[in-house]
Amino acid sequence: MSGPANDGRTTRPGKRVANIVVASIQPIAEPLVAIVLALLVGAVGITVFSGLLAGHSSFDVGLPVAAYLALLQGVASPNGFTSTLVYATPLILAGLGVGLGFKAGLFNIGGRGQFLFGTVGAMAVATTVGTTQSSYITVPLALLAGAAFGAAAGFIPGFLKATSGAHEVVTTIMLNYVFVFVTYWAISGPLVLPNAHQPITADVTTRNAALPIILGRDGNAGILLALAAVPIIWFLLYRTTLGFEIRSAGANPDAARYGGMKTNRLIVLTMSMAGLMSGLAGATTLLGVVHQIAPGYDTTVGFDAITVALLGRSNPVGILFSGLLLGAMRAGSQQMQIQAGVPAELVDALQAIILVFLVVNALRRWLDGRAAKRGSTPSLDANAAQAAEGVS
Amino acid sequence: MTGITQGLDALPVVGLAFQFIGYMLSNVGYMSETTVAVAVPISLAAMCGVLCERSGVVNIGIEGIMLTAAFVGWIVGVAASGLLGPGEPMPFFGVTLPLLLGLAAAILVGMAVALLHAWLAISMRVDQIISGTIINIGAAGITGYLYTAIASQSPTSAGSFARYQVPVQVADVPLVGWLINAVLSQGPIGLSTIVIVIILQVMLFRSRWGLRTRAAGEHPRAAETVGIDVIRLRYRNVVMSGALAALGGAWLSMEQTNGFNPNMSAGRGFIGLAAMIVGRWTPLGAFGAALLFASVTGLSTSLAISPPAGDLGQLMGHVPGEFWEALPYIITIVILAGVIGRSIAPAADGQPYERESAT
Repeated sequence: MSGPANDGRTTRPGKRVANIVVASIQPIAEPLVAIVLALLVGAVGITVFSGLLAGHSSFDVGLPVAAYLALLQGVASPNGFTSTLVYATPLILAGLGVGLGFKAGLFNIGGRGQFLFGTVGAMAVATTVGTTQSSYITVPLALLAGAAFGAAAGFIPGFLKATSGAHEVVTTIMLNYVFVFVTYWAISGPLVLPNAHQPITADVTTRNAALPIILGRDGNAGILLALAAVPIIWFLLYRTTLGFEIRSAGANPDAARYGGMKTNRLIVLTMSMAGLMSGLAGATTLLGVVHQIAPGYDTTVGFDAITVALLGRSNPVGILFSGLLLGAMRAGSQQMQIQAGVPAELVDALQAIILVFLVVNALRRWLDGRAAKRGSTPSLDANAAQAAEGVS
Repeated sequence: MTGITQGLDALPVVGLAFQFIGYMLSNVGYMSETTVAVAVPISLAAMCGVLCERSGVVNIGIEGIMLTAAFVGWIVGVAASGLLGPGEPMPFFGVTLPLLLGLAAAILVGMAVALLHAWLAISMRVDQIISGTIINIGAAGITGYLYTAIASQSPTSAGSFARYQVPVQVADVPLVGWLINAVLSQGPIGLSTIVIVIILQVMLFRSRWGLRTRAAGEHPRAAETVGIDVIRLRYRNVVMSGALAALGGAWLSMEQTNGFNPNMSAGRGFIGLAAMIVGRWTPLGAFGAALLFASVTGLSTSLAISPPAGDLGQLMGHVPGEFWEALPYIITIVILAGVIGRSIAPAADGQPYERESAT
């Protein structure tokens, strides 16, 4: 509650507004430029490969326009709006977790495993508690279990890094697969639906564990959870001592340690919280969208959350918007595939291209290039250096 | 003889070990063949990792490189056999012209994707984990996109490379015949993997290039002061490593099977990284780890098909099949945590190198 919050209050109001405007445009400009450039590259890609799609000539210049229009139409409809929110829910939750890690200088690439273990936790509650209790008890308990299982999955790499220095990137990659197999084991053993012919769990709607629908046809209450998580994580990061310590450890781990912060404890805590958010994402997806764990159940949320966190610059508000953007792209991609015949996988390709433009700081490099032409010295790429610092 | 073994098997606890050894011996022929085949793409991914990380560049994009190469190898084979006809298979390995073109294209595209990683990681000094993640997401997206687009036209594959048939006289040699059979009954990519591992091991530790590579990975600044062009060396090694991962990808779509499936690399790039770590960043060690991981797969398939009898069978019956599949990853985590046999990465692994400016 102290420290950085007080700085703004001493400046004059007019200057403060101007500062806020500048400060809010600057971080948005680079992601926006990256998105626009990626859409352009995507358009070129669609055009070049349009001959492969049934019923289109090669180098069909109109196709990308038709595809992007269909994508927009898919989002703009009432159903599209709801499904944008539904797709965005796990992306925002898990993205907040990854962003929290980034702030502390930790790269949590284990979202996939944490998501899956959270799913297993929520399902475990649904199959045990849900048979006897009402949904008012089962749903919160299942969500809690999802969060707890996710946190446990995040605790392991945090603990290993704190005690032995094992790099969290490698351990989380390995744990992803461990949890994939834990999930397969769970749905073929302890959580299996009795008398089922395949490894599959019960439907949570039959166990009083489905999240209520609050919006349109399939807008589940998980949306509220994601929207509530944004200010909570923001408050945690910018208005609490723990948040200050996390940010200090990320900015300069040595200084944080010499400053008397228990960095090992911070690592374990941050990784656990990151896992908690991914686990919650898994739980809301189970209880609100998929309703049962089917054979071969898997997720791309873990990796999409990395995109969301990078695009949102690890800022909770930024993550909210980038999660909504990616959710909208996923929601609209179905319409795009049906209406324009352009495969929905375009969204994944676009995601990668957005990231390329984002991480090479296309805008900043261009501005630096212009500055250099005018004779001033180009600024050092602070962002790349900072990013490298965070992981090495 | 049977009396003695039965007596040994009946011993408590130790008897289980004897039963296990007996089971392994009786199924070794079957298991070893699966093992070597499963180990091929893992080893190639691990070689890619060793080459990159020994020069100081972390590459978690191996998975993406493999997937892209698998796709391109397959689709170029399809296109070539459509344009040139399927071609007459040559007397060795069932090699046809479309297959060769597909393999060449797979290797080239693998090197191109690796070049992207090199550019992002070395020149742009982007976080190397992010760069690898971009490659993985992008590879899944682009191959998935193109596959969905092409699959509707039901393309005809160019087929796959044939395995080398070990002569019966050799395979029947007592004691070592089964081993020779298991190692040599591979396709061209499988066989070249073994050669690549040995060459890489020798080159890395016995050649000037190897010394320079290791210097760039351990202490790039010191390397630069003795006149090694660290940036160039890293570029070259990363691009070369792309060819190795690409071979692994081509193995999937052109040697193991004759087609492509979305996400068919199925984590082999990551398990290759695990093999690299367990093998302590040496080619031979990583190959051994890949064999170990693959033998676990071989064992689990064998256990599922013909479960052992007696106490051992009862014990094994309680171990879920998923445990065996997760075991390689658990082993890697245990070794990383230093519980047994700590494995330590090259000192400058993952750190972008920046030349000191001449002022």
